[in-house]
Amino acid sequence: MSAPMAVPLSWMLALSGVVFVIGLIGVLVRRNALVIFMSIELMLNAANLAFVAFARQLDSLDGQVFVFFVMTVAAAEVAIGLAIIVNVFRLRETVYVDEINLLKG
Amino acid sequence: MMLLLFAVFAITLVGCSLMVVLHRNPVTSALFLVVAFCALAGLYLLLQAEFLAMVQVIVYAGAIMVLFLFVIMYLNLKRDVEDGLQFALRRGAGWLLGILLLGTAALFLSRGWAPGATTEASPPPIGNSAAELTSILLLVGIVGAVVIGRGRAKPPGSEEPAP
Repeated sequence: MSAPMAVPLSWMLALSGVVFVIGLIGVLVRRNALVIFMSIELMLNAANLAFVAFARQLDSLDGQVFVFFVMTVAAAEVAIGLAIIVNVFRLRETVYVDEINLLKG
Repeated sequence: MMLLLFAVFAITLVGCSLMVVLHRNPVTSALFLVVAFCALAGLYLLLQAEFLAMVQVIVYAGAIMVLFLFVIMYLNLKRDVEDGLQFALRRGAGWLLGILLLGTAALFLSRGWAPGATTEASPPPIGNSAAELTSILLLVGIVGAVVIGRGRAKPPGSEEPAP
């Protein structure tokens, strides 16, 4: 269907892995719930990049369909997650996850 | 050429991702995330996923990040001091970028454009039922966001004062 990839697949996968790890570090290190949420988005996008790279490599569009669904889920997730964060902020006046310990009793 | 573009987009993506994680101000993090998503759209174009590149820019860089920025500014975590040299510098950079953008738009609009060669780019074959599934998923998301964002319901014991 199309010409072979100009950029090697392994490079794309390495880039995807690097971005995923950056997002993971962000989730583990940061304490601001909003930045943690953004890091989760980074990880989702790293997975999307791997999907698209494989779809290109295998000359199949299945990977792109997956990415479309991941984007849809991400949009719904962001809407609900931000609503939860706003609610937590109303309740506790903070978005720093260290200070949110309602379940500790 | 492709490798050069890949290098540019990859460096932008990794650098902006690092800034998202490392910067202290959440607003700056969100703006760097927008740039990272645009770089990712460029990578999708390199991988011949044109539809996804457009959706990436519209949905992620457009809709989702606007939601993020709106919530950050709604919560007002850190008051921005709007004076000093840095603010003047930022304002100058804003004017410069705006004028550049306007100039580019004027340049493009002043030229006649012929339709280029058609490419074999096509959106991924998302079937009818899958599209309906997507719409139901988004509807559930909307309802959930409205219900959660409305605030806590009154506990059953507490009576509201009579009007």
